[in-house]
Amino acid sequence: MHKVSMTVNGRPVSGEVEGRTLLVDFLRVNLRLTGTHVGCDTSQCGACTVHMDDQPVKACSVLALDAEGADIATIEGMANADGSLSTIQQAFQDYHGLQCGFCTPGMVMAAAALLRETPRPTEAEVREYLDGNICRCTGYHNIVKAIMAASGQEVVPVAAE
Amino acid sequence: MYDFDFIRPASVEDAVAALATDPEAIAFSGGQTLMPAMKQRLASPSAVVSLTGIAALKGLRDEGGRLWIGAATTHAQVAREAADSYPALASLAGRIGDPSVRARGTIGGSLANNDPSACYPAAVLGSGATVVTDRREIAADDFFEGMFTTALEEGEIVTAVIFPRPARARYEKFRQPASRFPLTAAFVAQFDDGVRVAITGASEGGVFRWTEAERALTGNFAPESLDDIAPPDAEGMISDLHGSGAYRAHLVKVMTRRAVANA
Ligand SMILES: Cc1cc2nc3c(=O)[nH]c(=O)nc-3n(C[C@H](O)[C@H](O)[C@H](O)COP(=O)(O)OP(=O)(O)OC[C@H]3O[C@@H](n4cnc5c(N)ncnc54)[C@H](O)[C@@H]3O)c2cc1C
Ligand code: FES
Ligand code: FES
Repeated sequence: MHKVSMTVNGRPVSGEVEGRTLLVDFLRVNLRLTGTHVGCDTSQCGACTVHMDDQPVKACSVLALDAEGADIATIEGMANADGSLSTIQQAFQDYHGLQCGFCTPGMVMAAAALLRETPRPTEAEVREYLDGNICRCTGYHNIVKAIMAASGQEVVPVAAE
Repeated sequence: MYDFDFIRPASVEDAVAALATDPEAIAFSGGQTLMPAMKQRLASPSAVVSLTGIAALKGLRDEGGRLWIGAATTHAQVAREAADSYPALASLAGRIGDPSVRARGTIGGSLANNDPSACYPAAVLGSGATVVTDRREIAADDFFEGMFTTALEEGEIVTAVIFPRPARARYEKFRQPASRFPLTAAFVAQFDDGVRVAITGASEGGVFRWTEAERALTGNFAPESLDDIAPPDAEGMISDLHGSGAYRAHLVKVMTRRAVANA
């Protein structure tokens, strides 16, 4: 076993892990932060998306030990300090950007990464950025609408490509 | 995934030494190819030597007019930081996979892996770049030896890639939407002394130079120069459920043409 330390949602944490322990398992099993989901485990679906040093990563494809010293943000750290939903989360609720909710943590984390890089993306940019996030309920239109709304832009009816 | 030891050295020397002492150990960069492979037990190393803690392997810089990129530099960083110095390369890096893959995946990992459908090998071969390792420099023409095979020796690690800068260049990728890899893609670069055309995603032999197109485009760098050239032989092209060999051979010409038109 190896010791690993990192910052998760602003809090310093550490734990004992194996070489093969994935970041997503460290978050879910060691820290009991089960908001980050595992949808595929093959790097395809993005349900496990978290931020690592301000960049989106698939936590199922990062070794916990490779995150030594990193600054990690998960869905549990997204709400406002008073517990109310963040702008992006609220927009997902307002625009019905979720159905079963399984992909939602990853979608919200991807959206947050996008809006940090590009505060007012075009609809095409939103769709392109969500390339690595799959919604099995296929509610993409409302997810795109929610992100457009969260960026403070007008939400127009969207059509598939 | 079987368990393994994990080492994260801070220098290239320590990484090379760790790989030399244990023949079952492997270099691990962004993990965007290795993690899925290890989960499927296609790779089961005794130890993983992570390159992510080696500062000397990261970043981009000018080297006498050529562009030096550290092997552990992520696709995202190349997309951002090569935008002015080598726009065609930055554009290629910005279209690899998806944002999360680009935040972890690295140029060195992509080249060492030499997937027959990977993007970077086309840029490296198409630019006539030089692959630098812990022990030597390898010209792009000598580096790629076929599907998933390179000139790298056991335990040798890529430390950097050095790109000459063409006058004009462009990468055109026909995306396979499920995997996000190219179904077939072309990298075209025009230098003072000639044009290079590298094709990925098409041949069973991995990335290759399409020399007939290079000759025609060196004479006149225009899409029409390709009019009278037949696509490469469909024999030896990858044929799978996404496209037949003949279809890929056809795409070689279409993508090359688009690359010239948009360079
Ligand atoms: C969903 C998804 C979509 C993708 N889409 C694309 C795409 O469109 N185009 C594309 O080109 N790629 C794509 N990839 C692959 C991605 O670009 C990988 O990042 C890349 O192929 C490997 O780089 P890595 O740093 O992750 O290497 P790793 O997975 O860490 O390693 C890959 C191999 O290289 C070896 N290695 C790593 N670094 C070195 C080094 N410095 N010296 C010697 N050997 C080394 C390792 O031992 C291993 O054998 C995709 C991957 C995923 C998961
Ligand atoms: S669980 Fe990580 S990409 Fe699907
Ligand atoms: S809401 Fe069900 S998977 Fe996206």
